[in-house]
Amino acid sequence: MTELTGLSIASAREGLQKKQFSALDLTNAHLAAMEKARSLNAFVLETPEQARAMAQASDARISSGSAGPLEGIPLGIKDLFCTKDVRSTACSRILGDFVPTYDSTVTSHLWRDGAVMLGKLNNDEFAMGSSNETSVFGPVVNPWRRRGSNVGAGASGGIEGTHLVPGGSSGGSAAAVAARLCLGATATDTGGSIRQPAAFTGTVGLKPTYGRCSRWGIVAFASSLDQAGPIARTVRDAAILTRSMAGHDPKDSTCANLPVPNYEDAIGKSVKGMRIGIPKEYRLDGMPAEIEKLWSQGIEWLKGAGAEMVDVSLPHTKYALPAYYIVAPAEASSNLARYDGVRYGLREAGRDITATYENTRAKGFGPEVRRRVMIGTYVLSAGYYDAYYLRAQKVRTLIKKDFEDCFKSGVHAMLTPATPSAAFGIGEKSGADPVEMYLNDVFTVTVNMAGLPGISVPAGLDGQGLPLGLQLIGRPFDEETLFSLGQVIEDAAGAFAPQTWWS
Amino acid sequence: MSVDAATVRRIAHLARIAVADDEVEHLRGEINAILAFVEQLSEVNVDGVEPMISVTPMTMVQRADEVTDGGIADQIVRNAPAAQDHYFTVPKVIE
Repeated sequence: MTELTGLSIASAREGLQKKQFSALDLTNAHLAAMEKARSLNAFVLETPEQARAMAQASDARISSGSAGPLEGIPLGIKDLFCTKDVRSTACSRILGDFVPTYDSTVTSHLWRDGAVMLGKLNNDEFAMGSSNETSVFGPVVNPWRRRGSNVGAGASGGIEGTHLVPGGSSGGSAAAVAARLCLGATATDTGGSIRQPAAFTGTVGLKPTYGRCSRWGIVAFASSLDQAGPIARTVRDAAILTRSMAGHDPKDSTCANLPVPNYEDAIGKSVKGMRIGIPKEYRLDGMPAEIEKLWSQGIEWLKGAGAEMVDVSLPHTKYALPAYYIVAPAEASSNLARYDGVRYGLREAGRDITATYENTRAKGFGPEVRRRVMIGTYVLSAGYYDAYYLRAQKVRTLIKKDFEDCFKSGVHAMLTPATPSAAFGIGEKSGADPVEMYLNDVFTVTVNMAGLPGISVPAGLDGQGLPLGLQLIGRPFDEETLFSLGQVIEDAAGAFAPQTWWS
Repeated sequence: MSVDAATVRRIAHLARIAVADDEVEHLRGEINAILAFVEQLSEVNVDGVEPMISVTPMTMVQRADEVTDGGIADQIVRNAPAAQDHYFTVPKVIE
């Protein structure tokens, strides 16, 4: 039965249609894999009973000929998504045992289409982090290890190496998909939180255009940047999931009222004649030679498929990350004001109402969240608003204009590295300077600032045997081009799977 | 720009986060590291640039002014740390 966990969503869909196995078989195989992989800490809540009930309902619908597009497909759900009657915490102490009485729009779309929920996946607290180390449930372990490492395998004798982070904030989603604990997962991306963990785990991650997926029912971090998307093992699977997740929602006024294409149709489409921008500002000083090589390789692959490479310039690239670290904390400080210990979650009593707020938030928020809420409060405070927040929003206009100018000149998409390095060790970047961690998102954050779609596709392994990803950036609402180009990279690079050492 | 200990305490109070005395210095260092990082924005010429309001062009839609949801008081107080008769209860606010 274990091989069922190795299927792609597309092949599982076919097997279910042909009755080669039942949805219950498929779900049971994943529940068994999850049980054996608890040391990875990818799931913060397993929901086996619900999963089996949903799978049985899927089997009934398959028999009656009323199967949906994701019928019987077992998925993991990032704990940032509210799920009806299932604990949803954003991996923060302050939400405690919060049990929503509703589903997020994105998860309700998945259940509408027949998907099965296996459980809730770990993430950085309130999605604030790039390593999944800020979760109240503890760090997620990347299923990938450096070559020669035997850490975690229960090896007799000396332990070599350290556990690696899966990236973040959607670290549980990426780790679970890479470790074959689910066929796909939901994730969210505010500054790179889908694409960076996908790159660190050899999986495919798409951040759709801002407004493509509804944000309703997803715990808010920075509302003008947050966007939900899938993590999957193939580009086609990411396309299948995106089609179900996307779509108009009157409950989110920023959600686009545009028809959702059948994204799978873009898979295998010719990219001949497409103009691909290579932004020169992404060639950073001191960039590892391996990243440089990977990027050149990607250029050759796309050229080989008939695309034309164009050197482009995005002059404000270096200001994206600093502008992000004003805009995102500012929005976070405002969004997280709701956690006051009154209506839900933790309450830590104080001598009066103000002390109750202050104690609740001191105890409920972890250090990274506290830091960002304080930064956000500062940059929005009287006397500093113009110098910080207003200036950052103006810089954001310039960043977006850089992209618009390139697209106007006829560029269809851009190719860049997804991350400046491969996965690093747990604890390696949690030193005194938070900025060191923030630099992980240097290639991804521009895309959020401009509201564009971006996909990370696994493209190779580094010298330590760890996966690396390439990023494609598209025009607004042109996810289809990203899927077509992503498939070219996938076809050329092949698939990457970690050795199973954890079970 | 960098912040001093008094400013850290003031920010913490504005953010309604209790900060112990022995945490102030540490927080000051971290906040200043972030502020030093974002300082580079001051070199960008933003003269005549409009601040971003919406990242994708979208028109605000209006809907009819009518009740679309409600009658779910049980659900609303379900996760409250303290509630009574469909009210949230808090420490005394008015003396």
